[in-house]
Amino acid sequence: MSMDIKPAGVAQAASGTEQYLSFLLGGEEYGVDIQKVQEIKGWDTVTRVPYSPPYVLGVINLRGSIVPVIDLRLRFGLEKVPHDATTVIIVVHVPGDRGERTVGMVVDAVADVYDVAGANILPPPEALGAVEKVFVRGLANQDGKMLILIDVDGLVISSVVGESQAAA
Amino acid sequence: MTLDLEMEEIIKVFFEESFEGLDAMESGLLTLDATADRETINTIFRAAHSIKGGAGTFGFMEIAEFTHSVETLLDEMRNGQRAVSADAVQVLLQSVDVIREMTQSAQAKQPIVTVGADALSGELARILAQKGPIAAAPAAAGTAAAPPPVVAAGTAPPKPVPQAPINVALDSISGWRIEFVPDPTLFKTCNDPLRIFAELAGLGRLEVTAHVEQLPLLQALDPSHCYLSWSLVLHAAVEHSRIIEVFDWVETVSKISYEPVYVGPKPGESSAAGAGAVPVAPARPAPLAESAAAPVVTPAKAGSDAGSIRVATEKVDALINLVGELVITQSMLGRFAEKYDPEDLESLRRGLIQLARNTRELQESVMQIRMLPIGFSFNRFPRLVHDLSRKLGKKVELKLCGENTELDKTVLEKIGDPLVHLVRNALDHGMELPEKRLAAGKSETGTLELNAFHEGGSIIIEVKDDGAGLNKARILGKARERGLIEPDAQLTDDQIYNLIFVAGFSTADQVSDLSGRGVGMDVVRRNINDLGGTVQIFSSEGVGSTIRIRLPLTLAILEGQVLRVGKEIYVASLVSIIETVQPTREHLSSVAGRSELFKHRDSYLPIIRLHDLFDIEPDSRDISKGLLVVVESDGRRVSVLVDELLAQQQVVIKSLETNFKHVPGLAGATIHGDGTVALILDIPGLISNFLERQSGRIELAA
Repeated sequence: MSMDIKPAGVAQAASGTEQYLSFLLGGEEYGVDIQKVQEIKGWDTVTRVPYSPPYVLGVINLRGSIVPVIDLRLRFGLEKVPHDATTVIIVVHVPGDRGERTVGMVVDAVADVYDVAGANILPPPEALGAVEKVFVRGLANQDGKMLILIDVDGLVISSVVGESQAAA
Repeated sequence: MTLDLEMEEIIKVFFEESFEGLDAMESGLLTLDATADRETINTIFRAAHSIKGGAGTFGFMEIAEFTHSVETLLDEMRNGQRAVSADAVQVLLQSVDVIREMTQSAQAKQPIVTVGADALSGELARILAQKGPIAAAPAAAGTAAAPPPVVAAGTAPPKPVPQAPINVALDSISGWRIEFVPDPTLFKTCNDPLRIFAELAGLGRLEVTAHVEQLPLLQALDPSHCYLSWSLVLHAAVEHSRIIEVFDWVETVSKISYEPVYVGPKPGESSAAGAGAVPVAPARPAPLAESAAAPVVTPAKAGSDAGSIRVATEKVDALINLVGELVITQSMLGRFAEKYDPEDLESLRRGLIQLARNTRELQESVMQIRMLPIGFSFNRFPRLVHDLSRKLGKKVELKLCGENTELDKTVLEKIGDPLVHLVRNALDHGMELPEKRLAAGKSETGTLELNAFHEGGSIIIEVKDDGAGLNKARILGKARERGLIEPDAQLTDDQIYNLIFVAGFSTADQVSDLSGRGVGMDVVRRNINDLGGTVQIFSSEGVGSTIRIRLPLTLAILEGQVLRVGKEIYVASLVSIIETVQPTREHLSSVAGRSELFKHRDSYLPIIRLHDLFDIEPDSRDISKGLLVVVESDGRRVSVLVDELLAQQQVVIKSLETNFKHVPGLAGATIHGDGTVALILDIPGLISNFLERQSGRIELAA
């Protein structure tokens, strides 16, 4: 089952605040710009594609389109967990060579939707490793919890197309 | 807002029609060479006239102005005031190119570059001056080439010559006085004087005086008749051409005279006032000099109009019929769901069979919509051959056959460039000069034939010339010189011909701007391979050569063979599969303990282990326990090791690149009946990648 979380006329958040969909990954909470999210769907049979890095699980059939799926756990170097009926795929849109590119991201679970004020977003800390730095847009303090805001475009394009082309 | 959108739509139609008009002009002009047929000239004239009118209406002044001078020339030809000369036709053909370029810029919403137009305007003016109605313009050099006037067969009623713009200094006038006497049929041509006046009023203050003297009594009045005429005074110092544009559509059905209203005394040297003005291109305002300084050629991307498709009405009707049938079948099947009775099983089965048939027919019809006649691609060749043969000094007759053969729109778009390459090559390398042909006992004029036809599930396109044919000795010599082959290698004819597809290969003694740089044939072959097609060359020295392209009818559907390797499923195009064999040990051998070969009939084929290539855990690594699929592309064969052959079925090709990326060895993906994705093998890609990697290790066993 999939649920559409971008109904027509999403109330535009008050100026200066953005809406983020948060998801869990290895006990940490990450946020992704809700405008980028097309839908959330359950686990589906993934067809492996040769010559792909381990974190690109393969491709699925999303209503007739061939959509690649990346495993964010593996992308972030976290421990691998088996995929089952409770695994969740967040389908996002990122800019592609020809219009938009649709890509699925496997996460542990979807958590919440937050309004994050721009003023509450802190730049990523210096201490982050080079890999993480590319994908972290900033940190937000939300209700006393730390929300890691990810740069979906950078993350997805570098994962799907490869580092070299993403930089170009 | 909606008005803007509507306008966008209308402008889009204008562009479409303009390009069609330009094509019509081009093909008309090309047939104009030999016999000046009045109807042809009329067709060309009408196309130019509509483009001018449309361009003026939508504010593309550069196009309108330039097209106007083209139209003037055409009009004189049409009225028999001027003979059709090769010189004029050539300039007109160039003008078509310039108008097309300008229109493309306008379509791409880019500033219209007028460099080409400015240069040609001079040419047009020169030709017009050669035998103008009033030879007031200084006759340029080249008048000696003025053609003798031809008396047009069947004298036509003298049509009003389109008004040429009067050149006046804008600061010397305060406006224009216009006498507008429309033909009584004005309304029947769907023209509304009010619109004209409103447009004029947009240029400045307008005084309108209507002359009602002609009005009959009410009983005798025909409301569709125009009895009125008008005197207009426009208080605005504007270019004459601006006003002419406004009257553009009524010009042929009215008497219109223009007179500038001068500030102060009328200047004596006003050279060209009134009717019979000197037909010169209107002076261009200075600000345009800036764009002239940067002659950036900005060809509109070919892909810009790739989004739309024109479909014959009967194809749509057929589709509607099928959908109607589908609805009936669906409602019939729906009945079974309401109340199921085991006795209905037979009719349920029948219904499902009908559904399957409907679906298949629907699919075929939808595919039909994407099918376009190859004529769309062939259309450009008369012009190309005309220009090239002129340039090369060769005499060539172009024959087009099978223009109505249909193929997929995507294939059609992508085959254009390779065909141009092949035609250029045929003209430049293949076709001999007239003297040489005569010396060889052939007719002076060579024949170039473009032929398209269906064969099985493919479309064949042939480029055939009766020129010199491929020179095998020279190709071999060049190949040895460049180290492409061993000095003592023995090659078959086919292998020799295939050498011309190697990158960087050219036998042309002289590098011309047409061909001979050695880029081209390799690109041609790659493009065709990308489309899933193949190229073959047949040639006979002194008699000519034929290049045969075989392409799949569509890129959307593939006759596929489903294969299994370990737990993974792949699809291979059935067309590329020669046969599948269960190998026995005695047919297997290896070279240097590394490269594996399979003895297939009389040749040894390299073995591609798909499981190694794609890193799959196979059922067994032992070749004799698996199956070898013999595949071929461009005459090269290899055998591919798989575990099992599954079904043969038609699969719908989906792009892997839209959301993901190109993966070596894969041509795309497809969706199985159960909704899972299977990947489609790119056999030509697999073969060339594999052979390139292997070439360092073994000599290719032919």
